[in-house]
Amino acid sequence: MVRIEFSRLRFLVIDDNAHMRRMLRTLLHGFGTREVHEAEDGAAGLEAFTHHTPDIVITDWAMPIFDGLELTQMIRQPGANSNPYVAIIMLTGHSEKKRVVSARDAGVTEFLAKPISAKGLYQRIVNVVANPRPFIKTKTYFGPDRRRNVNPNYVGTERRKGGKADIIKQAPLFEKVRSQG
Amino acid sequence: MTPPKKNSAAVATYGDHEVIQPENKLRKVVSDKPLPPGEDHPVARAEKALADLSTEFSSWMDSECERLDQARRSIAANGFTAASKDAIYHAAHDIKGEAATFGFPLVALAADSLCRLIEHTPDVTRIPVKLVDQHVDAVRAIHREYSRSDAKELAATLTERLRAVTDEFLMHENRGRPDVLAQIKGPPIAPE
Repeated sequence: MVRIEFSRLRFLVIDDNAHMRRMLRTLLHGFGTREVHEAEDGAAGLEAFTHHTPDIVITDWAMPIFDGLELTQMIRQPGANSNPYVAIIMLTGHSEKKRVVSARDAGVTEFLAKPISAKGLYQRIVNVVANPRPFIKTKTYFGPDRRRNVNPNYVGTERRKGGKADIIKQAPLFEKVRSQG
Repeated sequence: MTPPKKNSAAVATYGDHEVIQPENKLRKVVSDKPLPPGEDHPVARAEKALADLSTEFSSWMDSECERLDQARRSIAANGFTAASKDAIYHAAHDIKGEAATFGFPLVALAADSLCRLIEHTPDVTRIPVKLVDQHVDAVRAIHREYSRSDAKELAATLTERLRAVTDEFLMHENRGRPDVLAQIKGPPIAPE
């Protein structure tokens, strides 16, 4: 069993809803985290990200000023901030496939559909801490490797040119949303 | 050649992409030691903390319903504007996401129907205000009557009817937009 020392992790929670922030803070403190910072919109979130340099960002999708997706895209700018590789967990009530794919393509590390539970949040945190994925940088994408497994039935051409990419086997994001706990 | 240090950064460059293994700064917080005797699992501790907080959930739900009602009143007074659309959508969306955690899962379904109505209508000014009212009234009624023995049936009846009327409206408003129609008809990928 993997054990996480939550007391050594620094979190940033970004959500415009005060009730949700309070609930997330409660869950994180329950896990054993001491340092939880909060922001109530995307702009304040970006500022807090720069100021507090969190280990893990937990952000809502729908927020004023700029949303969680835009925030993710701003953080995933190589060279623009101190940690473009930070783990980002997107919390959202949007669970349609199109939304999940948009979040993935923005560079989100994990996706957690509401309603949230202690177990679901814990699993996402353990995954980003214990099983970090490599980052892929192309002309159009910078973020965690979107390929979580090898599909033996894939018959198309290899879209990544110039060699075989590193792949770490993990459950596809789509499946993880289905089986959220 | 010296092998790279464990947990240090590494970059492999390919034809059109780079594979970057960032320095694993979080490795230090992972251990395989068992929990000390008598210490609860973190999930159990968090669930207990949430249970302690749950005495506040009902009043939180009250305030979320009040926020939704205020957004509805703004639309009734001034019609749909960019601001009033955002306000009612976010209020409904928050209820959809929070209701189950707050102990009122049946409320989420009516709120979800209102979110779909707003999200998938190309011109929200065409949404009948009465249909918005019916959704808001349903959310409030399901929450208010939650302790009734037939609350589940009441919620199911209200929600099914609202969903049917909403779907009919959305099908009409999106006729000619097959991609949106497919999204409307398609099931969500997360469990209800």
